[in-house]
Amino acid sequence: MEVEGGHMDLKRISFIYRGPGDRLFNILIVILSSSILLLALGMAVSLYWESRPAFEAFGLFNFVLETSWDPIAQLHGALPFIMGTLITSLFALALAILPAIAAAIYVTEYAPKWVATIVNYLIDLLAAVPSVVVGLWAIFNFAPVLRENILMPIFLWAEQNASWLLPIIGPNGPSVYNITSATIILALMIVPYTVALARDAIGLVPKEQVEAAWALGATKWEVIKLAILPYAAPGIYTGALLSLARALGETMAVAMLIGNSNRLPFSLFGPAATMPSVIINEFREAVENLHLSSIMAVGFYLFVITIGINLFATFVQQKLFKERAR
Amino acid sequence: MNLAYRYTRDRILHLLFIFLTSLVVLPLLVIFGFIVWNGLSSINLDFFTQELGSPARAVQGLPTGLVAAVLGTVIIDLLGLALALPFGLATGIMLAEYSDNPLAGPIRILVSTLNGMPAILMGLMAYALIVKNTGGFSGISGAFALGFLMIPIIARTTESVLRITPWQLREVAMSLGLPRWRAIMNIVLPAARPAVITGVLIAFARAAGEAAPMLLTAFGNNYLNLDLTKPMDTLPQRLYSLAISPYKQWHILGWGGAIILLLFVVVTFAAARGAARSLEKRTEALKFDEDKNV
Repeated sequence: MEVEGGHMDLKRISFIYRGPGDRLFNILIVILSSSILLLALGMAVSLYWESRPAFEAFGLFNFVLETSWDPIAQLHGALPFIMGTLITSLFALALAILPAIAAAIYVTEYAPKWVATIVNYLIDLLAAVPSVVVGLWAIFNFAPVLRENILMPIFLWAEQNASWLLPIIGPNGPSVYNITSATIILALMIVPYTVALARDAIGLVPKEQVEAAWALGATKWEVIKLAILPYAAPGIYTGALLSLARALGETMAVAMLIGNSNRLPFSLFGPAATMPSVIINEFREAVENLHLSSIMAVGFYLFVITIGINLFATFVQQKLFKERAR
Repeated sequence: MNLAYRYTRDRILHLLFIFLTSLVVLPLLVIFGFIVWNGLSSINLDFFTQELGSPARAVQGLPTGLVAAVLGTVIIDLLGLALALPFGLATGIMLAEYSDNPLAGPIRILVSTLNGMPAILMGLMAYALIVKNTGGFSGISGAFALGFLMIPIIARTTESVLRITPWQLREVAMSLGLPRWRAIMNIVLPAARPAVITGVLIAFARAAGEAAPMLLTAFGNNYLNLDLTKPMDTLPQRLYSLAISPYKQWHILGWGGAIILLLFVVVTFAAARGAARSLEKRTEALKFDEDKNV
């Protein structure tokens, strides 16, 4: 900048960077990327718009609290599906979280490099398997096998020895398609996400902190317990929350396995329905406008729940990563 | 708490970690094995050349196949990709190259959020916006649903790929007098091209496996139909219909369809992995100094 006429040059250069080409490109990029905003907005507005008749008939909030869903009587309430979604998703997360954290620790801390590569590869591949393919396997292989070999013996035992268990697992015996098998498959569907997010969280733990624990004479497990897990915990929790959002919206495998009953109360070995499963199973058969609009309303609430959880978790996660990534 | 106890505990926990990890990994192998074992017999020439037709056709042992579903998947998916590509790429470029823009923050959060949203909602939106306004289920509405689905995926992969291309590329380009947009379009994007393409492939594969939005938009069709304004068949949606049908022959056909779908996903996935690794290697070579202030 000590060069003579440096000011002139700087002006010329900044002129180049603000030339018409750059301006045009910038405008184009901003317009095209605003599609993301439009996409989110469009989803909210179009779903709400389509559900209006249902909300007018049943009320925005009463729709959530109404327990019966009877298309013939033209009575629609979302509570059975919300219950079904919450039960399956929360249980699935509970089932998935421990193996997921263990797998994340195993591949980052224990496994030799080649084993870690293979395991990571398989876990990422599991995330890529289409839901409908898992569902296909589950209805022909997993669900019948589970029912014959595990659920049936449990039910027979409970009938003889623990009658207090019957209201929970269902007094009629395990049905072919039921909450338990859907939940286990749902856990399988979300576990790769939980592992990946836990892996990322563990990857952010500072090396110095781990080395300090080693230097103090900690064993491997003590290093993990004292230096790694406490630091990675917030990241693992938000990862679990994001996995929960996945579970809430997981559609095909659950729709194929859950048995589609909207009659409360649900029992663990009996059929149920979730918000996505009722959309898939009834949408194509809905003829009445009110029925269709009620299905849309279920979709609208699914949108509200999943975008709420996702926004919150994403926000927390990005804050964490910004703070910690150096 | 003597040392022997602590070491024993370590060994037991090590085994526990291996056991829990195998719980995560083994089901995948079981699924693959089961599907290939059951489906291989249904994959023959008829599978790729015949329409499905009515159930009677399969029950009587006449030749049936999934040509409608395979072609429909390819057509609808490609069309969806064409719709999503400009928006997805632009969003990725925006997030990686113009992160000083005030819109970048909200857009980044929305991209992650939309990535985690259920695909069925994209189907409901495409139904509300396209099917209702055009008067019926159609292939084109399915393409829109898949397009909606692909935009955030392409945006995210493009952003992360552009971020790992060395910052020096931009500095060099600008020092030679290229305007910013030329630096991005002519230098940075070409350098990252293989990885950008595989990111797009990942979105493509993800969309190809989505059954839920297809059931609400393209609807399905037992017969071959290449008219985009009419209901069309797609593989994942057909798999669902075959699986819940009562016909044994259709179940077997479903296994075959699952093999094709899995094969497609696995090949795409492996290609994406390979390309990501080669990009990392190449950029490592380009990092001449460990200048971390960028």
